[in-house]
Amino acid sequence: MTLTAPTRTRVNDFALKLANVNGTGSASANSLLMQAIFRMGVPVSGKNLFPSNIQGLPTWYEIRVNHSGFVARAEEYDLMVAMNAQTYDRDIAEVTGGGYLLYDSTWPLDPRLIREDVTFLGVPFAHLCNEHFSGARERILLKNIAYAGSLVALLGIGADTVAQLLEEKFGGKPKLRESNQLALRLGVEYANEHFACPLPIRLEAMDGNDGKILIDGNTSAALGCVYAGATVAAWYPITPSTSLMDAFTAFCDEYRTDAETKQKNYMIIQAEDEIAAIGIVVGAAWNGARAFTSTSGPGVSLMNEILGLAYYAEIPAVLFDIQRTGPSTGMPTRTQQADILECAYASHGDTKHILLFPGDPRECFDFAVKAFDLAERFQTPVMVLSDLDIGMNDWVVPKLSWSDSYKPDRGQVLNEKQLARLTAFQRYAEPDANFVTARTLPGVSPLGAYFARGSGHTESGVYTEIPDEYQQVVDRLAKKHRASARHMPHPVIERRPGAQVGVVTVGGCDLAVREALDVLEERGVPADFLRVRAFPFGEMVEEFLAGHDVVFVVEQNRDAQLRSLLTLETGVDKGRLRSVLSYGGFPLSARTVVDAISAELTPARDA
Amino acid sequence: MPSITKPLVPQLDLPRNAIGLTVRDYEGSMSTLCAGCGHDSITAALVRALWELAVEPHMIAKLSGIGCSSKTTAYFVHGAHGFNSVHGRMAAIATGAVAANRDLLYVGVSGDGDSLSIGLGQLCHAMRRNVRLLYIIENNGVYGLTKGQFSASADVGSTMKKGAPNALPPIDPIMMGLASGATFLARSFSGDKEQLVPILKAAAAHGGFAMVDVISPCVTFNDHEGSTKSYRYTRRHEVRATEADFIPIRREISAEIPGNGTRQVQMHDGSLLTFRSLPEGYDPGDRALVISYLQERAANGEVATGILFVDEKAPDMHERNGTAMQPLARMTHAQLSPGAALLADIQRAWR
Repeated sequence: MTLTAPTRTRVNDFALKLANVNGTGSASANSLLMQAIFRMGVPVSGKNLFPSNIQGLPTWYEIRVNHSGFVARAEEYDLMVAMNAQTYDRDIAEVTGGGYLLYDSTWPLDPRLIREDVTFLGVPFAHLCNEHFSGARERILLKNIAYAGSLVALLGIGADTVAQLLEEKFGGKPKLRESNQLALRLGVEYANEHFACPLPIRLEAMDGNDGKILIDGNTSAALGCVYAGATVAAWYPITPSTSLMDAFTAFCDEYRTDAETKQKNYMIIQAEDEIAAIGIVVGAAWNGARAFTSTSGPGVSLMNEILGLAYYAEIPAVLFDIQRTGPSTGMPTRTQQADILECAYASHGDTKHILLFPGDPRECFDFAVKAFDLAERFQTPVMVLSDLDIGMNDWVVPKLSWSDSYKPDRGQVLNEKQLARLTAFQRYAEPDANFVTARTLPGVSPLGAYFARGSGHTESGVYTEIPDEYQQVVDRLAKKHRASARHMPHPVIERRPGAQVGVVTVGGCDLAVREALDVLEERGVPADFLRVRAFPFGEMVEEFLAGHDVVFVVEQNRDAQLRSLLTLETGVDKGRLRSVLSYGGFPLSARTVVDAISAELTPARDA
Repeated sequence: MPSITKPLVPQLDLPRNAIGLTVRDYEGSMSTLCAGCGHDSITAALVRALWELAVEPHMIAKLSGIGCSSKTTAYFVHGAHGFNSVHGRMAAIATGAVAANRDLLYVGVSGDGDSLSIGLGQLCHAMRRNVRLLYIIENNGVYGLTKGQFSASADVGSTMKKGAPNALPPIDPIMMGLASGATFLARSFSGDKEQLVPILKAAAAHGGFAMVDVISPCVTFNDHEGSTKSYRYTRRHEVRATEADFIPIRREISAEIPGNGTRQVQMHDGSLLTFRSLPEGYDPGDRALVISYLQERAANGEVATGILFVDEKAPDMHERNGTAMQPLARMTHAQLSPGAALLADIQRAWR
């Protein structure tokens, strides 16, 4: 049933969306396609837009390929794989004019759904699977592999690559391997017999992924924790952070367990709630271990009190906040960057924390290690603000690298000999250039004993209610936070000739914003780019803001939290900062940024 | 209310323990609690117990939450690290500390507000994890620092200073411990040092979570007629259910033949706990029997004291985890990081 004119040929530059029912096994077929495209050397991204549900609700997966590496979410779909009759109407409506729709033609399509400007490609997937497979569950699962097969033919995905991937996955299970290979073949053959394959939108092998890996941010953050030498982890299950601790558990099982004795060089505690999780982290870090927790916004809310304790008692702690859509329970399986302010000032009283903002899974690995170094150097909580998009979706990033010359920065910790040389140890006295004072660990020497407390204390750590003594300590904490700015990862800055405006963004917005800046430059609006990677911000951010009369701040929350933090914590005139906000829960697209900035600038130029 | 440091006047004639320290070496700063507070007696018993156990002061870690009881960690063993954390969260912080270093003796001090209201969940979970920790509840049935509100351990009918009776049923930490898989449960009375010291020693030697619930009258807000946590009431209603001797491993164990009705428990570190006197049919290792015995005592209005339940065989948190013997906090980075070559290898999975 081909109804419309062919699209112009576009190689390695298109987007497809797959509409499925969750819990039916589509996720593995979709990531199979994604991985196959990756192995063809074509820059690719996969965004899983899934419901907070186990089975039966609509779920989508978007794949975008782009030879230039612009693989942020597209929002314009050249091909829709419509495998969920519940959502046919909106899925069909979303296809770009001149695009394609692949559907299961076992059942007739309601003629009212047909669009003249879209090519409908029907494959009787259910019928094919019912003919070749017997079990009900098997038929449902393999239908996914069958549509993957049709896509292999339609898009010119290397059939050998896909077959190889199935081999790797099911090599040890001959029955599964056979059935999967058969389902794949059914899809390929049907498409080849009935359609002109490949379509004008198609793939060709290239070398865009040399030296790269396909990985999600939670896995790489977990691996970073292993390499950083974290030994105690405590957590409470919460989407979308759970896979971070799952990965840490798997890595530790593999790389931290003595092969002979089976003894573990780590302890992972699934706590009763997030309050206990951060309590365990703080207790372990007070006692000298590198410890961390992973959570999401609701967990951070619960952790606030103990974060304040760690800030004031000056105890290192590392927290990964895999942000999701708030407020409250919000949309647990949707992404956002809406915990920025909550984390920056977590807990009551005057508190200010160190934040790291990774922009992709590779930075999740690097910043995980950095977080432990900073937490121990500055004896304070460090929060790594990832998000669902970075944490749970697979990204193509440069390989992770490690130097065996890495020495963990354990900060100022006095050993037995150093303590013996002191006349008297005072926990919060004699700050260094960073306003950090030396700490001691339990079990080392009675000379190092002190009393850590969240109550008002003097430089000796002794309880006080005397204003001067109290202020002496809290004033130093403020200076310490300011001093930490020099030790943060620098912002990423890219300047364009002739740029008048600046664009500041954060985290996973990176790709969409860079793509948008390319488009804007083509339209005659070159803009300079800055991605903040840490709080406190530091001089480079100050200078960038000061150097542009208009700065757009692109972020994924309703209340312009990054913009707020910039106005509070830098000298920028807030009138210069204009917001571009995307907070519906899906990853940012370049179009959103281009449209918003264009709309802001156009009337100004007309005037 | 600044802290007051106790002057360390050397007294040469004080007896010394096995590692040559006097009882003064186990003291801390001056208490700022009300004169006559039961908590100070518990501190004194703890000082005595730790001195007798001859633990090196820096190998002790003291942890607490918030409340009058939680302040007392400053009043013993000045040579030990202390951590006065936040309200109701000491159990978790201690759990993390124990996870990081399994070599220290952890002493947690809490109160009935800290443990049975805000911290109830954490207490239960630390018990079921069997975190190796001596956990003392200084139980006075009242919130002292906020001036006398009932706590969750106040008995029905117990009255406030001005006469208002408590209507809500009390939470009994021992019964809760029995239900949550606790492995060492004892109750004592701050006014009974003779009983409390050996209990604390046995609790410190226990290879898991050891909870000691100590009735500790609040002289300011809960020591009046009508209170069931007063000195007078407790003295009248206390029933020593069990009496036990604790023999630390360092002392040579004499070949005492257990007499009739005695029972011995070998503690985790090899020390011995001998029950001298047990009610007929009482077995401190039988959870169900202990529950029914305590319910009977409570129905009679009696406060049963002693080491009420011991399970020395249950694995503690580290044993269950299979943690290496070397403290995690002392491991070198070389022991923990898989290295660059392996990273290249690991990443093959992501092609």
